[in-house]
Amino acid sequence: MVKRQAENIIVVKDLVKKFGSFIANDHLSFEVKKGEIFGFLGANGAGKTTAIKILCGLSSPTSGKLTVGGFDIYTEREKIKKNIGYMSQKFSLYDDLTVFENIRFYAGIYGLRKKEIEERTKVLMEKLDMKEARDKLIRSIPLGWKQKLAFSVAIIHNPKIVFLDEPTGGVDPLTRRQFWDMIFEASREGITVFVTTHYMDEAEYCDRVSIMVDGKIAALDTPENLKQQYLAASMNDVFLKLARAKVN
Amino acid sequence: MRTILYIIQKEFLQIFRNKGMLPIIFVVPIVQLLILVNAATFEMKHIKVSVVDMDLSSSSRKLISKYEGSPFYEIVQTTFSYDQAMDQMQRGKVDVIIRIPNGFERKLVKENLSKVQFVINAINQSVAGLSSAYCSSILIDFNRELLQDWLNPSKLAGLKNIQTDYSYWYNPKLNYKTYMVPGILVLLVTIIGLLLSGMNIVREKEIGTIEQINVTPIRKIQFIAGKLTPFWIIAMFELAFGLSIGKLVFDIPIVGNLWLIFLSGGVYLFVILSVGLLVSTVTNNQQQAMLVSFFFLIIFILMSGLFTSIESMPHWAQEMDRLNPLMYFIKIMRMVLLKGSTFDDISQLFYSLVVFAIVMSSLAVWRYRKVA
Repeated sequence: MVKRQAENIIVVKDLVKKFGSFIANDHLSFEVKKGEIFGFLGANGAGKTTAIKILCGLSSPTSGKLTVGGFDIYTEREKIKKNIGYMSQKFSLYDDLTVFENIRFYAGIYGLRKKEIEERTKVLMEKLDMKEARDKLIRSIPLGWKQKLAFSVAIIHNPKIVFLDEPTGGVDPLTRRQFWDMIFEASREGITVFVTTHYMDEAEYCDRVSIMVDGKIAALDTPENLKQQYLAASMNDVFLKLARAKVN
Repeated sequence: MRTILYIIQKEFLQIFRNKGMLPIIFVVPIVQLLILVNAATFEMKHIKVSVVDMDLSSSSRKLISKYEGSPFYEIVQTTFSYDQAMDQMQRGKVDVIIRIPNGFERKLVKENLSKVQFVINAINQSVAGLSSAYCSSILIDFNRELLQDWLNPSKLAGLKNIQTDYSYWYNPKLNYKTYMVPGILVLLVTIIGLLLSGMNIVREKEIGTIEQINVTPIRKIQFIAGKLTPFWIIAMFELAFGLSIGKLVFDIPIVGNLWLIFLSGGVYLFVILSVGLLVSTVTNNQQQAMLVSFFFLIIFILMSGLFTSIESMPHWAQEMDRLNPLMYFIKIMRMVLLKGSTFDDISQLFYSLVVFAIVMSSLAVWRYRKVA
């Protein structure tokens, strides 16, 4: 029992979020294990972004018990923030600053030293193959690069967990694949990844996925188990079956 | 502390990379100072006069020539028809009609009493008040000359009883520019400061970067301090820049201690920028922020004592004005620059600004929400 608790890095129990009479999150309960890639799936408007914002401390839940990284979401929000990274679906780098200036700014607010910032930028530029773009304005580089950079900036301070809210929206399949390689790498380095998406092929890359339909969690398991359970060939079929069940 | 420096660095980069920003910071103040100071005048010049002289006597001509000779009047029409003159006033081409009736000179000589009519356009009542005062003073002057002509000097001496001599302190030449420049300068730094800061945080809300900042462990006070400092530096520079223009172009007197100006200015700008950041935290987009800022600006400016005297406002308005930071700083500027007031003289105004600064900045920090 104790051991099982220890490996849960996110614990959500009966999370409810209402906007007036609209219920965006209806009694969500789930756990995310340390080191796993947890997929948070659902159609547009299913309540994924609402939940992720609550977990990041950007929004307050209406009710429910939540801990992130072992810290309580109501009372230890700032401690949580030291331990997480976040990449929103809204683009979050400054258009009018260069690649390096963006990295320096965010790393700076996380309290990294000047030397560390220089070093990490150097490593990062090599890894992303963006050395010549270091001093270019963000607005002048391609979307795919921006997204990879936004991800790298989100984990620049080596957080325990990184939350990715539809990180691959609007990019081509090749870039998406490269982006997932970066996610795998982060995961190998021990960062827990919590990712929302509505691309069902990406669900196959996750260790476990939860599928949200209309504010509720309709299913939660590994992709293999879900496919078996719903007698589906792909996660896409699983999703369609769940969505149709709802309609019927 | 280092966190704040990173924010300051980022803000400066963004401000100076924005090509529209530099003209706003450097050109706009010069242009506004040059235009406003010269245009916003309370002096009356070129009052347009229509003369309806039905008498055509040497006395009436003499009276008219007094108006002609005055720099305040410009005779734009001479006619025998009052209706024609009225018509011109209807069209707004004439401010004052001087009507000298037939028999003006005759009555003056025979009955020692004659009448002249002034018809004054009072659409703008303060202009009308001044026009009528000027007109009568010229008439009084004319009267005195008549007496001089008709009576012998020895008798005249007996008539003069009290003569008034004025000496205008702190602005001996009654130069309105001397009076306006310090006030308009305050206006300039206020507008620039309030708009720059008011649009700032809300802009990050619009582009979405505020969320990325809100997921970091940054403290609210660090964020507000980091945002406020760059604008404070720019606005202080602006103040110094404007004072130099005031000195070089308008030759305003700087009687008091400049450091006192910058000390009060520093506190005052802290107030204004806090108000701006507060506006920025409560609004959702730049249009809203702009409207809210303008709402406060207009009330602050019109009640600041820059254009109208605070003493002549109704009592409740004067009480309300205690909440107007502009009023305090304009007073300080005029007192220190023109009168050479010392810290003791302005201490009450100064401490009021300090209280404002503490209250407004606390409000801005408090109202900035990291959690929606």
